[in-house]
Amino acid sequence: MNDTSQSFVKFEKIDKSYDGEVLVVKNLNLDIAKGEFVTMLGPSGSGKTTTLMMLAGFETPTNGEIFLDTKPISKIPPYEREIGMVFQNYALFPHMTVAENLSFPLEVRKISKPDIKEKVQKALDMVELGNFGTRFPAQLSGGQQQRVALARALVFEPRLVLMDEPLGALDKNLREQMQYEIKHIHDRIGITVVYVTHDQSEALTMSNRIAVFNDGVVQQLSTPDILYEKPENSFVAKFIGENNTLNGVVREVNGSSCTVELDGGFGMVKALKINVNEVGEKTQLSIRPERVSIDNSISDSNNFLGKIEELIYLGDHIRARLDVCGNNEFIVKVPNEGSFNHKEGDELKLSWNSEDVRALDL
Amino acid sequence: MEVIISTAELLTTDGIPLKQSLRKAERRNKLRAFLLVFPLLLFIFVTFVMPIGDMLLRSVDDSQINSVFPNTFEEYKKWDKGTDELPPEEVYKNLFFELANGDKRQIGKALTRMNYAKSGWKSLIKKTTREIKKIVKKGEEPKSYKETFIKINKFWADPTYWYSFNQMVNDQSSIYYWNALDRTFDEDGDVVLQDEKRRMYIKTWLRTFKVSIYVTIFCLILGFPVAHLLANLPLRYSNLLMIFVLLPFWTSLLVRTTAWIVMLQQNGVINGILVWLGIISDDGRIQMVYNEAGTLIAMTQILLPFMILPLYSVMRVIPKSHMRAAQNLGAKPATAFWRVYLPQTIPGISAGGLLVFVLAIGYFITPELVGGKDGKLIGSWIAYHLKTTLNWGLCAALGAILLGIMLIFYWLYNKIVGIDNIKLG
Repeated sequence: MNDTSQSFVKFEKIDKSYDGEVLVVKNLNLDIAKGEFVTMLGPSGSGKTTTLMMLAGFETPTNGEIFLDTKPISKIPPYEREIGMVFQNYALFPHMTVAENLSFPLEVRKISKPDIKEKVQKALDMVELGNFGTRFPAQLSGGQQQRVALARALVFEPRLVLMDEPLGALDKNLREQMQYEIKHIHDRIGITVVYVTHDQSEALTMSNRIAVFNDGVVQQLSTPDILYEKPENSFVAKFIGENNTLNGVVREVNGSSCTVELDGGFGMVKALKINVNEVGEKTQLSIRPERVSIDNSISDSNNFLGKIEELIYLGDHIRARLDVCGNNEFIVKVPNEGSFNHKEGDELKLSWNSEDVRALDL
Repeated sequence: MEVIISTAELLTTDGIPLKQSLRKAERRNKLRAFLLVFPLLLFIFVTFVMPIGDMLLRSVDDSQINSVFPNTFEEYKKWDKGTDELPPEEVYKNLFFELANGDKRQIGKALTRMNYAKSGWKSLIKKTTREIKKIVKKGEEPKSYKETFIKINKFWADPTYWYSFNQMVNDQSSIYYWNALDRTFDEDGDVVLQDEKRRMYIKTWLRTFKVSIYVTIFCLILGFPVAHLLANLPLRYSNLLMIFVLLPFWTSLLVRTTAWIVMLQQNGVINGILVWLGIISDDGRIQMVYNEAGTLIAMTQILLPFMILPLYSVMRVIPKSHMRAAQNLGAKPATAFWRVYLPQTIPGISAGGLLVFVLAIGYFITPELVGGKDGKLIGSWIAYHLKTTLNWGLCAALGAILLGIMLIFYWLYNKIVGIDNIKLG
């Protein structure tokens, strides 16, 4: 997939700075295959929207080149790039009806009137708004406006669709519903999508691959499952899903695993060696809450005690906040099987497999 | 839950009709709201409704002269112009006594009015009154009042003087409106054009329209890019620019107008620079002030903020993403501007346009100072009649026509654009 001949969109050594002092995007190299749904995920200010705007043509890369279908596009103005885009606040034109909004990209392409009508109707039917053509955007709900924006970005059959936090303005239920809808439309028409969001669950739900951005750099580019289960650095581990951390120093390296002595003299932990190299290096251990087992020794090397600080009843599971080895933000999810009868202040026996602990950078 | 649908009157829990109870509950709030706005209502009534009403009444009012010569006019109406060349004896008789016994000041006022109808009335009546008073003093009673009048002055045998009474015998008259449009009544009471040398209002009205329309167009052409910059520049630059827009706005109108005289006059700054650059010769200095051009330039500058501010307030809320979206959808920047940006600024354009036009059409000080002879607008005539000739009826008629034109424009605007589309801030 990293082969230039296969990648449909290719960012090559892209740097971007607005003021000549701070790099907003640093040495970005990214390949996107045709038909792929790639999400750029990251906190605000991480450079993901800037990257999208460079692809759309509204920002110029300070260095490097973007290729679309193997052709460099830096010199092509936005209106000739044939890239559809769904904007954060939809950017529907308020003085035009829904149908006029959708006709706009076709009219500027000088497509014949009957063809326009047909394509607009088809696009509206696709987002299930077939009868809304004569309404104005202000007469639509947020979700409907969102769909119109989506239809407008697709109606002129662009080579690529960009979406800049398109669901940010919707409430939670609608957001989840729209996530599936966008996903289904993508599956149906097979268009390449580059999606920007700061919401990790949105990214996990929809994407083929996710590029996690932080500080202008892609931290990890992977499929959702690998990103969650095998984070390569502590930022990704923290940003995707819930994560428990323990700090320590590497004492022994043994092939793909290592032994870490916890700070504060709490003992030794066996872990996978991911982002550390040598003995004596400081490291942060990452353990997912659901991989911690209670009252049930599943490992010979990783057995610890934790004091219950807080219990939160969540129906299907009980969320326990523990004090483990000096970290009092240690979360364990206990499945609600009716047998858990500890209360706050009790001590629990914890245990985890060394394959589930990842020694990452600090 | 059961839904009760009943045609009977709804009652509260205590059995009082719901509507009555609601009225009672809301009464205090309504009263309080009314008392809060009452001073404002009173203020508007006293300073706005009453003067305008007074002006409208004054523009058709002709009661003063009717109160001076009530009997004369009564008899005058009986005169059959077809059969008798001159009015009957009774008219002369009544006029005799009304001139002899009338209040001097009231008669003086009436004379001014009569002179609007026909020049010459004033001196004729003054002369006649003097003679009549002599006759009364002697205690003589004339045999024929008609002949006495004609003996005093032969103009009393001229029916054209008598005909001019026609337009004064009623308490209301439309003469001022006709005058304001360069028209008057002839002997038979028909509307005719004024003498050629007395026609000046139509010309001024047309110039007022022309100047107002040009000023509005110039303001739009100059103001649109400025408003666009204001709305799109980063805050620290746009604040500075806003000060440049507002600073002249806060400066006295007179200062700005006289500054333009300094700039534009034949020995002024602009001509000086042009001569210095060698673009024009020293004796070819351009006349840019004390004419229509001066009025146009100065009024455009003075009214520009009234165009910029409404435009700015509209442009500020147009998301920048719209132009981007349009380009992303394949429109060239010019097309994107024309089809996406411009239509969204129409509320601002129309608000600014209406504001500038309405202000320009009634503008007075600037055209008066820089307009010279052929740059004066209708406002100058109103001021002239108000202060110099004291013909308030004509003033009021000119003002009422101006008001009517504005209302027509407002109505048209509402028809075409819709008044709720207006955006001033």
